[in-house]
Formats: sequence, C-alpha cells, structure tokens
Amino acid sequence: MYPTDVRYTKTHEWARLEDGMVTIGITSYASEELSDIVYVELPDVGDTTEEAGAFATLESVKAVSEVYSPVAGTIGAANLRLQDEPGLINEEPYGEGWIAKVEPVDGASLEGLMDAAEYEKHVEAERGA
Amino acid sequence: MELLLTPLHEEHLALGAKMIPFDGFDMPVQYTSIIEEHLAVRERVGLFDVSHMGEIELHGKDAVRFTDYLVPNAIAGMSDGAIKYTQLCYPHGGQVDDIFVYKVDNEYVLLVVNASPAYSVKDFDWIDSHKDGFEVEVLNRSIDYGQVALQGPVSPALLEPLFRGPVAAPDLGRFKFVNGTLFGRDVLVSRTGYTGEDGFEIYSDTRDVVTIWHGLLEAGSDQGILPIGLGARDTLRFEVCYWLYGNDIDENTNPLETGQGWTVKFEKEDFIGKAALLEARNKGLTRRLTGLHVPTGGIARTGMEVTKDGRTVGRVTSGNYCPSLKKVYAMAMIDLPYADVQDGLAVSIRGRDVPAEVADMPFIAPFNKR
Repeated sequence: MYPTDVRYTKTHEWARLEDGMVTIGITSYASEELSDIVYVELPDVGDTTEEAGAFATLESVKAVSEVYSPVAGTIGAANLRLQDEPGLINEEPYGEGWIAKVEPVDGASLEGLMDAAEYEKHVEAERGA
Repeated sequence: MELLLTPLHEEHLALGAKMIPFDGFDMPVQYTSIIEEHLAVRERVGLFDVSHMGEIELHGKDAVRFTDYLVPNAIAGMSDGAIKYTQLCYPHGGQVDDIFVYKVDNEYVLLVVNASPAYSVKDFDWIDSHKDGFEVEVLNRSIDYGQVALQGPVSPALLEPLFRGPVAAPDLGRFKFVNGTLFGRDVLVSRTGYTGEDGFEIYSDTRDVVTIWHGLLEAGSDQGILPIGLGARDTLRFEVCYWLYGNDIDENTNPLETGQGWTVKFEKEDFIGKAALLEARNKGLTRRLTGLHVPTGGIARTGMEVTKDGRTVGRVTSGNYCPSLKKVYAMAMIDLPYADVQDGLAVSIRGRDVPAEVADMPFIAPFNKR
C-alpha cells in the first residue's frame, strides 16, 4: 500500500537516500489529509536543518502544515516546480511532488525510520485513535 | 458540551465526509476536496446541508411593525412572498446577527438566522426580549425545520420537474419564496443562496430532510451533482464577498463600515440602533471593510494584521485561496485613510510582511451581475 523503496517518519514524511542526498516528501496519507495544497513555502538552498526540524510549510485551503526533516543537514535542492504547481504534492506525493533534498551531516542515517509495513500500522493506529 | 447533529448527520458519515464542529453542530467540512466541491457549484450544481440555520417565526397583528423595529431595512412595504437581507443591531449599532426576513403575510414573518450556536438561542432571546408593546408571538422553530441549499447554474432545470407549487422553480423570482411539495413533502422554496450562483434554499419539516437530500442527489447524479461541505461554502461566499458573521461582521461592527449600508433605511421611523447609526453616518467612517489581493507568499487568514510601513492599520476578517480565481484574497477591516492607499500595504503571515494590494469587491461577480 505504501511504496517500499522509501523510509517513513512518524510525522508522515517519506525519505529516500540516493547519491549522498536525502530526498524528502510527504506521504499519500498526509497529502490526502491536507487535501488541496495551494501554497508551498520552500527552503532556500544552503539553509541548514536539524533532525526533526521544520524546513518547509504547506498550505491547504483550510490548514497550514509543517514538513520535518528526518536528518540534520543542509538543503541541497528544493522542488521549485511546487511554486507554480503546489497540487503536485496531492497528485504525485512520492514522485514529482518531492519537496526538498538534504545533504545529511556525517553519521546521519535513515535506519531509525519505519519501513512501509511499519508505516501502514502507524497510519492505522492514528486513524483508529 | 456535546455537539448537536443535523437530521443529515448519518448521511454525511456514510459519504465519508470529514467532520468539524461549527456553531455547536457536527458538520461536514468536505466530502472529497474543497476545490472540487467549489468548482462543482460554479460549473454545475451542488447540495448543502444547512439544517443548522435557525428559523424564528413572528405571528400576530404587529408582526411586520415589530420586524421593522428590530431591523434597519424597510419591511412595511414588502409584498407577501418577498425576502430581504438585513441585520439585528444592538443599540450601539453593532450587529447581533445578519438575517433574512421572509414576509409570509401581514401577520406572519419568518426570520432566518445563523445557528449562533445551538438552535439560534442568542437571536431568539434578543428578539423575544424586545416584544413588549407589540401584539406578536415569537416562536423559535429552529429544531423543527430542516434545510438544504441547491446551488449552481443547473439548479433551476434540475428542480423544475421535481417541485410542485404555484410557480415553476425556474420562474420563481430572486428573493421570492413559495410553498409547494418536493418528493411528496411540504416545502418552502426560496430563490436565494450564499454562493453567488443561481439556486434555491429548501425548507422542510426536519423529518423530511433525509428524503429530500437523497432525492436531489439522485435526480442530479447524471448532471454531476455533488454534496458540498462548509469548506467550499466558505470559499464560494468569500469570492463574492458575502459576509460571514463572526468574521467580517460582529457585535463591534456596524453595517455602515462593512459595505452593508444599503440595508439601512434611515427614513424609517425608528429601529434599534438608529440613533447610533445616524451619529456614525454624520461623523463619517473611521474604518472600512476592504478587499485585498495577496499575489504571493501564502494565504491571508482571519486575525492576521494588516500593516503599512510596519505599523498596524487593520486586521484580516476573512481570507482564502479562491478556487475560481486561483489567487489569494482577503477582506480586512482597515482604518481610514489607509483603506484608500494605493500601495505599501502588507499582511503579516507567520511573521513575514507579505505585500497586499487593495482589490475591488466582490472578487468575482455574482451570477446575476455577469
């Protein structure tokens, strides 16, 4: 149900390590909850972020939501397409709707994050609450 | 305090609606997507549960005269079956609520009011406490009425074969109402709405609302009808700059500073708030509800400060992303003369001064003005 090629945070971000950079977006569960994303506040390349620090803000019609980085590091890229097409996050949360890429500090890893099966359980627990 | 439920509560849950508390009721904010629901109403037709609205009946010889005392708008000359938009004002000119007056006949006036919360007790208490000296009975019938709104360009054609009454649905004039039947149930139908599109508001006994809801959704299914939640109800009314009590108008705003001055008939003998409103008119406005366009930088929302060169000159009363315009607009109460400046205004969004430009209201024209 959730892609198996990425890891997941409790705050509903997904993360993929490739070529030394961590690509981050929000999961389909989060994008469905938010629905209708109409504005994205992206970080600047070169900004630093902490582990579990907020580095981007998403606005839907009715809500504002922060995006948290699973690793500490420096912003290496931001998805500028989202400035004109914020709805990409709703349409392709794991693909074209990626939000930013972080160059992680030495020693940072995605090991502590959940895999797809664990994330699915996490979502079910949140839904049931 | 527990949330109240409208008669359609189970239907909303069955449709998978996201529910939120609103005015003391558990109400659907969206079924699918606010943007999709908004566009469905602008382009086709949508159905709203508005059973949380309140209905207060005035019966007796002085029903019309009493209403004229309660509101700034002119009621005495209304024909039977006509509707007017107006307010209940406090003696100091601020607003208890904005309301619709449905004149049934010379001895029966129906007031349609906001939920307020919880069966419109606030409005009922206000009205009831002023009836001394008038031969009138005041009845809070909010619990007994159910209400749905059918809105969108397809509504007249959709309702025509279904509604049985003295006039065909498409021929019912704007701001007029009639009684008839719909799916065999007694209804009162008015050519009114809160969306800026053509449409109808349909009042029935609370026990008949579920039948009417299902009947309309089924009849409209091949026209692409959607159930519409409060999220889209807000973006729809906002694009045409209809006021929302509690946001754009409240007990501290008089109808002159909000653009509602056309409802105030100073030539009337007397009404609650007349003296204060006359004084405000003679002194001149100190602030004015103003439209703003925010080209980029986020969504301006209720409560955000409006600044000019770093100093606070006003406050956003309502702000939204507008799905039909694909832009962010706001309505803001701004101190004069800043409401008239050409540039330099900003909205404070999460600590940033985001540039804003004054924009004409309404942001899009209602259907009858296009």
